[in-house]
Order: sequence, then C-alpha cells, then structure tokens
Amino acid sequence: MKIHEFHSRNIFRKYGLPVPNDVLCHSVEEVEKAMAKFDDMVVVKAQVLVGGRGKAGGVKLAKNKEEAVSAARKILGMDIKGLTVEKVLVTEAVDIEKEFYVGLINDRNTKTVTLMASAEGGVEIEEVAKETPELIHKLPIDPLIGLLDFQAREVAMKLFGNVKLARKAAVIMQKLYQLFVETDSTIAEINPLVLTPDHKIWAIDGKMNFDDNALYRQAEIEAMREADEDELKEIDAHEKGLSYVKLDGNIGCMVNGAGLAMATMDMIKLYGGEPANFLDIGGSSNPQKVVDAMNILISDKNVNAVMINIFGGITRCDDVARGLIKALDIIKSDIPIVVRLSGTNAEEGLALLKETGLPTVETMSEAAKKAIELSQGQKS
Amino acid sequence: MSILVNKDTKLLVQGITGRDGQFHAGRMKEYGTNIVAGTSPGKGGQEVNGIPVFDTVSDAVKKTGANTSIIFVPAAFAADAILEASYAGIDLVIAISEGVPIQDMIRVNSIIKQNGTKLIGPNCPGLITPDEALVGILPGMIFKKGNIGLMSRSGTLTYEVVNMLTMNGLGQSTVVGIGGDPVAGLYYQEILEMYENDPETEAVVLIGEIGGDAEEQAAEYIAQHMTKPVVSFIAGQTAPPGKRMGHAGAIISSGAGTAEEKIKAFAKANVPVAKEPSEIPGLLKEKLAKATS
Repeated sequence: MKIHEFHSRNIFRKYGLPVPNDVLCHSVEEVEKAMAKFDDMVVVKAQVLVGGRGKAGGVKLAKNKEEAVSAARKILGMDIKGLTVEKVLVTEAVDIEKEFYVGLINDRNTKTVTLMASAEGGVEIEEVAKETPELIHKLPIDPLIGLLDFQAREVAMKLFGNVKLARKAAVIMQKLYQLFVETDSTIAEINPLVLTPDHKIWAIDGKMNFDDNALYRQAEIEAMREADEDELKEIDAHEKGLSYVKLDGNIGCMVNGAGLAMATMDMIKLYGGEPANFLDIGGSSNPQKVVDAMNILISDKNVNAVMINIFGGITRCDDVARGLIKALDIIKSDIPIVVRLSGTNAEEGLALLKETGLPTVETMSEAAKKAIELSQGQKS
Repeated sequence: MSILVNKDTKLLVQGITGRDGQFHAGRMKEYGTNIVAGTSPGKGGQEVNGIPVFDTVSDAVKKTGANTSIIFVPAAFAADAILEASYAGIDLVIAISEGVPIQDMIRVNSIIKQNGTKLIGPNCPGLITPDEALVGILPGMIFKKGNIGLMSRSGTLTYEVVNMLTMNGLGQSTVVGIGGDPVAGLYYQEILEMYENDPETEAVVLIGEIGGDAEEQAAEYIAQHMTKPVVSFIAGQTAPPGKRMGHAGAIISSGAGTAEEKIKAFAKANVPVAKEPSEIPGLLKEKLAKATS
C-alpha cells in the first residue's frame, strides 16, 4: 500500500525525524490562508501517488504569498501520469548545500531489512543503482539486534565525511529503521536528506510503502489509504477472496492460482490476443466466488470474450461448473465464454456444463486460441 | 532417495483441529504420508482422523519422534508456530499459511538459521515425493514416481506442468512448491543443490515468475554448479509494473524483476525457457537425450 508524501512526513515527525513545517491544502484559498504561517520562501508540492512529479512541473518554489497562490493555481487540477492533483503541500524551503539518499527496503536475498545510503541524493535512486551501483552503500540489518550505533555511524561517515554530521545522520538512520519495522513498511526513503550551509540536516521528501499482509495490525496506516477507481475494484475483489488486477486488453480471464493466472495472460498474448485482467479465484471451491468473479469481469466494458482456465487441485471442477451455471443464470450477458476444466472432478464439471452449451476445450493453449477467435467474432 | 521428504518422514500437523488442517491431514494420510501427531493448544488428548493431538510441539516431538512439521494456522500466528517447531527440534517446517507479514518472516528466518531448521514457505502448496510422502495441499493423483525434480513459486501452475509431465511419461523424484512470498525459506539455490546431489533426480524443472531476482541468481548457480539439465518457465511476461499479481512477491518494482530479464539470464546459463507450459516435456526429453548420448 502506498501513502501520500504528507502522510510520510507526519510519520517521520512522530518518530523524531527532522522535517520542515508544512500545511496541507485542498484549494487555492487554503494556500492563501496557510501563507500566514510562513515568513520566508516556501515550496508548493503536488500530492500524488506516483513518482516523477518534479519533472511534470508539480513542485514549485515561491518567494511570497502571490507566488505561492499562483503556483497552487497551476498545480491543483494538474494531470500527472493520469492522476489529477487534488492536494498540495506548502512547506518551508530550506537552503541546500548537498543532497543525500537514505532508504530502507526488505531484501529478498539477505532476508533482512537493508539500509541503502548514497551521497547522490535528490535523483531517482533506481538510476543511480543502474548507472553507478558503487555509489550506493548497502548494509543488511540483523533483525534480532537492529541497526547498531557504530554501523549507522560508519555508513553516515561515508556520506558526510565529518564525524559531527555523521553522528546526526546516524541517529536519523536508526529512527528510520525503527519506524520501518514498527509500521511494517516495504519501503521507507528520505530523498533527499538535505545538508544546509549552516550544517543542519533535514528530511525534505519522504516515500513510504507498506506490507499489505500486515495491515491487519496497522490500523493507523490503513486509515491513510487513498485508492483510485481501479484500486477500489481490486480491494473489493480482495474482500471477496479474489485477486484482481485490471489490464487494457479485451479478453477477460478467470483462473485459479496466481501463477496459472499469469501464465494464462501470457498465453493469450503469445497467440496474438490482449488479456483484460489478472484474476485469481483462489483455492477454495465456493461457487459464490465464481459468481463474484464473473460480475467483475463483465463490469469491464472492454471485455468481449472470457476465458475460464481451471486446474482443479483443491478446487473442484464440478464446484466451479456449478458456480458458473449459477452466475450465467443471474448475469444476463452475451459475452462469449470458453471453459477449460482439468484436474479434480473435471469430468463431472464438464458434464454439468454440457447442458449449458458453453464451448469447452481440453488444454489451456486451445482455450487461449478459442478465446481470441471468440473476441474477434464479437468485433465484426 | 529423493529430497526433503520420504518414507522416513514423521509428520506433525500444526493446527490439525482447524478446518484446513483437519481436511488436509486426512488427505495426506490417505496418500500414505506417515503422520504421527497433530497439535492444537488446549486440545491435547483428542484425536483427528485417528491422529493423536498434543497441546505443544515439544510434547508431540518427545512422544512421537516427529521430524517434519506442516503448518495450517492463520497468518497472524504462523511465525510463532514456525518458531515453536524450530525450538522443539523439528528439522523441516512447511508453512502453508498465506498472508504472513514480511517482518515476521525476516525475524523467523534469522532465528531458525541459528537453530538449524529448514523452512519451506510460507504461502506455498508444500511438497511431494510420489508414492512416499505428500506434505502439503497438492493433488496427489497427478504425480507419478520418476526422475524429474520440479520446484516452483506457484501452486496450480505446478499442477498444470506436473500433469503434462506425467502424461508424457516423465515421473517426478520430488516436487517442491517454495511459495509466492518475497521473504521465504529454502529457495531455488538450496533446492537445486539438493537435486544435484540426489541420485534419483536426472533433470530439473524450475518454474519462476516476476518479482525479485531469485531466478537470475538461480541461473548463475546453474551455470556454475549444475551438471544435471535444467529447463524453465517464467510466468508474468504480460504483468504490468507496480502491480502485485496475486502472490505478494510477484511484483515488478522500479523496473526490476521483469520476466524479460529472467529469461535473458536463463538463456545465458544455457537453460531453455518454455514459451508456454506445454513445451516443457519436449524440452526435457531433448535435454535428457543429449545427456545420455
């Protein structure tokens, strides 16, 4: 789960990280009012859940109230990578002598939280990682011990080259680690961490993502969720025990199991079609799930053919067939469907479907070819 | 031989009185797995499918000599269950539970490493050595004893491929579902090493998917250490970046973890990558023919 920058900054503050003062505004009027709190330069920053807003013109420096208002007027309502800016953050500007990067991630290989730090801050860290990986210092953190003083200091020395500053930065890294673990983060980064000419250190931008599996114990974080339309559909599906991701194609897929669902999408593409979605109905045999899944597929206006691909293990094919018959009874739709059932109770399932007249095939390759054919028939 | 589980496996089922635990304990027993005990705190002394239930893992181990454990408890309690098994001296733990927080698994992996416990999962279908032991939720009837080792991050995709292998006369030594989470127990490299050392395994199928770089590392390991042929398939070539595809670990983040990179890495390691699952049996037969000629 992603959150906005202003939420990240509030979490940072709660853990004692140095973050400049700011005010969140939803309108130009609010920006005008907020400016009473600032007597020097400010930065007006678009709050959107995608990267690259600086390049898109979503971050502007303002010397006074007039400039701030004019910046807010330009940024509010702006489209950044398909998202409309509905909020801006007005924040104190700080003088920058040098920018650094400090971040934490869950590292799959070391099976630890890993600290990443670089003197190349303020730019996309992925680019630094690709072009000059040697400029990123990495430290896997022992989960049973935590980030020790000397370890944080050593990394900070590589960035600041000055013990006094390194001590300050080390404390920031340790606090970041504490908040990372306590909030079940998957990413917590300060980019940039700024050194001012008078040797103060500020976290002036923050990005945090969270582990969806841990949201059950992170009610405060969960409350910060702001989902767009596609994501709402995904969350709704999740609540019904389905896993759904919308894509841009026209062939709807209903599959049991995440790996098989991905392989099904790939196969449609391999034979020249375009999958409309990823949809995993999971391992149980509840017919209601099939009904819910059909509803989701059909609510996508681009879908003009549906491919159902089930390999029965724990999922029983006859249960899927029953769910499908029930779904077709409730949902009146002309969208053509091809069904492939294999594995546990496939014969029983296929026998049930025979009465419906739905086309059935034996293998997933055949199902993909048939679905593409059906989708093209529908177009003409 | 075979790897990880066999006739000598003495299995303990943690969470045996729950709906899933009870159901799958029955199925595993029916398959012929030697299940010696179950646990469920507060329900010690009962029996489930004729299997004695204990309050704690340590009790169960002392009284039955269980050496392997399978976990069916809800995600929030899975970490504790794995650690309980580890401290009770269980050698191999298989965690089926789905939805375990990453921070829990980071702590667990660090502790069980010190205890010397092996872990498979979480969020996995388990593993099977055909005709000897089924430890998981896999559908036993599609497997056939033979010489192909197979490991995968996915459940049903594994069944799809195993079914094709069996129908093509390619039986399996041991099939391992390593699970779809980003931080898990045993992974490709450790299991490849076991297959390499297992006299019963002649060739290996590796089924990967998008997310992380474990496939790339496996490719490197294969190039350097494997003498047995390996064939692979990667799911998720059409997956959009930034979206989690069902499995918590199946996500392309910051442009890393794409199917394209993984396929490239395998090609470099001389590991053929099937364009679709149905090509796998053919690729295996080709490789095996070359290996014997």
